This record gives sequence, structure tokens and C-alpha cells, in this order.
Amino acid sequence: MDSAGEKKEGYLSLEKIIILSSLEGSAEEESLDVTADWSEKEESIDHTVLVQNVEDEAHYYDYHIVYSASYMVPMLYFRGYSSDGKPLSLDVIKRDLPSSSVSLLLESKWTFITQEEHPYLNRPWFKLHPCGTEEWIKLLSESSSSDGCQMPVELYLVSWFSVVGQVVGLKIPREMLI
Amino acid sequence: MAVKYVWEGAIPLQIHLHKSEVASHPPPPPALVLAPRIGYLPLLVHLIKPYFKDSLPPGEDSIWFDYKGLPLKWYIPTGVLFDLLCAEPERPWNLTIHFRGYPSNVLIPCEGEDSVKWNFVNSLKEAAYIINGNCKNVMNMSQSDQEDLWTSVMNGDLDTYTRLSPKIKMGNIEDEFSRKASVSSPQSRQGGTEIDVAGQVKTARVPVRLYVRSVSKDFENLEDVPEMDTWDEISYLNRPVQFLRKEGKCFTLRDAIESLLPEYIRDRAQRSGEEGEQRTTDASDVSQETRGELKLVRIQGIEMKLEIPFSWVVNNLMNPEFYLHISVLVKEPQR
Repeated sequence: MDSAGEKKEGYLSLEKIIILSSLEGSAEEESLDVTADWSEKEESIDHTVLVQNVEDEAHYYDYHIVYSASYMVPMLYFRGYSSDGKPLSLDVIKRDLPSSSVSLLLESKWTFITQEEHPYLNRPWFKLHPCGTEEWIKLLSESSSSDGCQMPVELYLVSWFSVVGQVVGLKIPREMLI
Repeated sequence: MAVKYVWEGAIPLQIHLHKSEVASHPPPPPALVLAPRIGYLPLLVHLIKPYFKDSLPPGEDSIWFDYKGLPLKWYIPTGVLFDLLCAEPERPWNLTIHFRGYPSNVLIPCEGEDSVKWNFVNSLKEAAYIINGNCKNVMNMSQSDQEDLWTSVMNGDLDTYTRLSPKIKMGNIEDEFSRKASVSSPQSRQGGTEIDVAGQVKTARVPVRLYVRSVSKDFENLEDVPEMDTWDEISYLNRPVQFLRKEGKCFTLRDAIESLLPEYIRDRAQRSGEEGEQRTTDASDVSQETRGELKLVRIQGIEMKLEIPFSWVVNNLMNPEFYLHISVLVKEPQR
């Protein structure tokens, strides 16, 4: 809320995640456990992430969660770039993902990645398609909520992210799983 | 029928080959093309390329357009681009075509007709989700029906589109006002809007894409509106409008736009000329200069009167993918 008391539109942002890949042989990524501050901000949250000292090519990733008013679900936007700022292609990004993510992407009819314009930033980003979101959220919540009403936002986001995060190789730290 | 005018709407284009790509002497004259408003620029390439193919340097094509240096987003319907970027309509509209040097840091990639078709079907699915609450109607369409539908849009073939559109099974978009007005022509209700016991429409979400261009200073003529340098000057809102039910009152185009842009809601006292309630600040103290204002609203090239019932606007002026595209020029509120 700003001084006029108006709600401002924003998005959740997690930036500068570093994934290291070795130059020779198959790319070995390090999936990094990240603690994220899930408050709504318009500026990016700069997280310094502890990385191993390897003299390899570093790939940087930014993740934004933007709410889709049409589908009424959150959507994950992400992009990768190398240290000189050059954007990474989807093929390169896929090589950075853990192999479990790649098979999830290929097999699941609910998750696929498209290149679209970021709704706020006017640049091409990769987006995880929201099509099946509502269905698998329902599957996740079936066992938990008894009265069938809306689950609290935090729980929704964590559930949503537990699936979506897997696709792009992000893990939720244990503290967040209540 | 209004939809016929919408489908027949076209923009005369004068397309210039970018000077860096002219490899012939003398340089080729510009191509003159009539572009359908509901169409997309990449679909015109097959008409334009013959004019320039002898002038192009060797290499592979990666085609894109610009208007006064601004790279044009190919997935926005041509008519919308024109309404938005040309405050004072330019006829013919002078665009530059490039066959090299695709600005992939700014524009998402375009692989010709396939990309445009994918974008169209995706928008149709999104509109379906908004109207019906799910995309099943589009997903359940046969592949050949989807193909035929897309082809009818590409070719501007309204007859085929009209024949095919019942197969999309898109719900009706209505509010109380238009329902009463169309009582003489009963239509089958195909889901989408909730009906309660009394038969009154409860909720309806309408697919809208709002393009907002703002100027900081007021202007007398449209030609005084400064040119756009970057897309960062446009706010793009891809957000459904919710029909709000107010007893006895019609939901107007103004109501719809104000629901998406609450900072441009006109002061109630100013609107109705009434005294209004006791205010701590006298409304007249806040002068016109400091208030934000909707200066111009264009849909399908028409400058809209804002008091028109929104349901009429939607049903008559929407694009083939069931989205209503609205270009708005506003004067920013001064803070």
C-alpha cells in the first residue's frame, strides 16, 4: 500500500540465483536451497547465495511470480543469462535443470514452457504455462482442507510452488513446509 | 451488422525497406498494402516480400516491423497497433520492414504464420477460461475445426467464421441491460454466466486487453501528442472486466474502464453536477490540471462515447478471439 492507501500491483521476485555448470562433459548443476522472503515487493530481492568455488561458467536465473487475472492463478516467469548479461536459450536452460525436472516437463501434460512477454517488464521471458494449475492444486489440497473453501494464501503458494519449483529445479527449504 | 464492419476494417500501409538492408540501386519503392484491422503484421509478409526480395542482402530472413523506430509487437492486432501508436491517424501508415537483425532482447520470436496462429489459439483459450471458467470448449474442438477457424480469420472470411463459431461453444456475454433488450430474440444460454433462481445474470467476466498510453501535459490537438519511444510508455493490462450489478443502472464502457483504471475515476460531484456530500476539501479546489483524465478511448478505430452500454461494445466490437482490445490515451494525474 502506498501513501494514498491504494493497492499497488507487483510481483514476487527471486533474482540472481546462480547455477554452475562444468564446461566439459555433461553439465552438472547445483540445485540451491533458497530462502525467499515471500512478501510482495516491487523491487527485486537480492539474495546472495553461497556458491562453491568452481572456475566454471556461471548462469544466473531470475524468477518472478506474477498473478494471472485471467486464470486466477500464479504464474512463474523465469529467465537465464550468463555473466555478461546475454540471455540463455531454452536448450541451455534445460541443461541446467535436474534430470527429474526435464522428465517432468516432457511427460506432464500440465507443464510446458513458452516464451512470452513479461507482463510488466516488456521483455521476452520464459513462462510456465498455467493451464493445469487449478487441477493439480485441487489434487494437492484434496487431502487437507475438509470444508473445501479457499486455503490460506501462504499454503496455496507453497503447494503451488512445490510442484512448479520442481520443474525449474528450485527447492523449498524445510522451514517453509509447515 | 456491426461485426461485418469490424471484419472489413483495414489500414492502408506504406511499407519501407529499412535503408540498411537495401542492396540494390535505385532503392525499391515502398510497398502499399491494405492490412485487415483484425489481422497481424507477420501475415502480410507474403504480400510485401515480393516488392523487396531483389533488394535484400544475402542471408536468412528474420522479419520484423518498426514504426518511427519502435519495434512493433507482432502479436497485437494491426488495428490496435494503429489506434494506439498513431494518436493522429496517419494515412497511409508508414512502417519500416526489416529482414535482418531481429531485436530478440525486445521482441519475442516470430516464426511466421505458426507463431501468429499459436498466439491466436492461446488467446482464444484464455478468453474461454474467462467467459466459461474453463478452456474445455476450445480443447474439445477438432483439429480441423480449429484449423478452419484460424484460416477464416487469416483470410478475413466472416462467412466461414460465422458458420464455425457455434462450434467454439463460447458462453454468451450479457448483463441485465442487454438481456432485456434482446428479449425478442431468445438465445440458448450456453453456460458461462451464472443464472440464479430469478433468471437474473449473476456474474460475468469479459476478456479485455487494455493498452494505456499516458501523457503528462494536456493537449489541444492529437497531433500535439508526443511520439512514443519505447513500449515502457504503455501500460498493458490483460485483465478481465467484471460486470458489476447496480440496480437500475446500466454498466457503461466508462464503468468498465474505470474498474481497470481506478485512478481515473471521475469525481462523482463533477459527473452528475450535484452538490454531493460534505467534503473536507472542496472538489473545485482540485483543479482540472491535477486530476487524471481519460482523453481518448479507441476501439476498432472508433472514438468511443463512454456512456455506451459495455455489453453492446463487447458483443459488437470484440476481435475473433473473443477479446475486446481497448486503446486509451490518458492524461496523468499530477501528484
